[in-house]
Amino acid sequence: MSDHAPANRKVKTVIDGREIEVARDTWALDAAAKLKIRIPTLCHHAALTPYGACRLCVVEVTKGKSTWLTTACDLPIREGLSICTNSPAVLAARRMTLELLWAQAPASEEIQALAREMGIAKPRFAARGDGENRCILCGLCVRACEQLGAGGAIGFTRRGVERTVDSPFGGQATLCIGCGSCLAVCPTGHIRGIDRAGQRRMSTWHTEMEMAACESCGALFAPLRQLEHLRPRLAEHIPIVKVCPACRRAKAAKETTLPARPGAALIRNTRK
Amino acid sequence: MAPTNLQTQAPVDLAAADAVIDSYQADKSWLVMILQDIQEAYNYLPQPVLEHVAVRLALTPSHVYRVATFYASFSLTRRGRHLILICDGTACHLRGAENLQEELTRRLGVAPGQTTADGLFTLETVACLGACALAPVMMIDGTYFGKLTSEKIVAALERFAAKEAPDA
Repeated sequence: MSDHAPANRKVKTVIDGREIEVARDTWALDAAAKLKIRIPTLCHHAALTPYGACRLCVVEVTKGKSTWLTTACDLPIREGLSICTNSPAVLAARRMTLELLWAQAPASEEIQALAREMGIAKPRFAARGDGENRCILCGLCVRACEQLGAGGAIGFTRRGVERTVDSPFGGQATLCIGCGSCLAVCPTGHIRGIDRAGQRRMSTWHTEMEMAACESCGALFAPLRQLEHLRPRLAEHIPIVKVCPACRRAKAAKETTLPARPGAALIRNTRK
Repeated sequence: MAPTNLQTQAPVDLAAADAVIDSYQADKSWLVMILQDIQEAYNYLPQPVLEHVAVRLALTPSHVYRVATFYASFSLTRRGRHLILICDGTACHLRGAENLQEELTRRLGVAPGQTTADGLFTLETVACLGACALAPVMMIDGTYFGKLTSEKIVAALERFAAKEAPDA
């Protein structure tokens, strides 16, 4: 079976009628990006494993005689696949998905912008709940926490229509290091946080923590918890846990600049 | 200030939880069974116990919380001494489960998901009890009451309330 082919093998695929050669198992979304074909996504982030939750990246795949709709973000490119990113079926499915997401998260400006971009003027379905929701339960924040942050500070809770993302027991997220990865990746503006009065407050997770002051300039630059999280992961000689990024850059610039010696060339050609 | 957790309460004896966890060799792949046994022992899943489970099984609190809130059979709030499950699955629904649920609510003074003030009964609806031939059906503490009628409900409630009388 072709499934046992070496991972680095190149395969050819056709996306929107254009042929491209990519490494086998390249995600279809990334292959399309190489052709500068933009496929809308919400739950996708290049730094995180694909999840296929938001369903916006739906494309039409043809292999032999069969054609089906599937998500591009978690579709590995294999031999003989032909992909269409804008067929009528794709556009209809994507449109319906976005209309449903709009009803789910009516307060999200990001979703509203995406809807406008796709030519959807107003929501067709009644907004869920009080109309203030911005979360589409795409799980991007949960993955960011797991793969970039402390891991497991937040997670899904409950089930079905009651499903939410929250801190454990809806209280303080004890494992949260305040890194803000969840907030940075949230595609719909649901996650809120603010630095205020020496504290980093992750409002959405009911969690706040003390900020550390830069030893050099005194600026509050990172949550203490995040620095404690980093400490054992850094080589001993790196003083990252004491100074802010700006001071660190200034210090590094000073240290790496060669001391001026009269007559010394900065670059010397060792060969005549 | 950050909001405190909803269920801050008196210290909970963790010995029973430890006994359950030990009986599963503190293996996290048995999480659901461990939670079932813990709920059996404590009547519900107290937050401090769930946090202890997370520590003992080397899981994150959010993982344990996710599993504990996923299954309808787990309760994170204290339940009554007797658990009444009134079925509202297809067969029971067609045979008038709705009226029977109203009857229960009227008799007990609580809606599904709630516990009576005397702590005797918790009423919950379920989607199926696997006894559709007996529809409409309810279950109290694992005992089936089939072909349910208002009269049978009264008799059943009296029977379970009477059980409490000696040690009350």
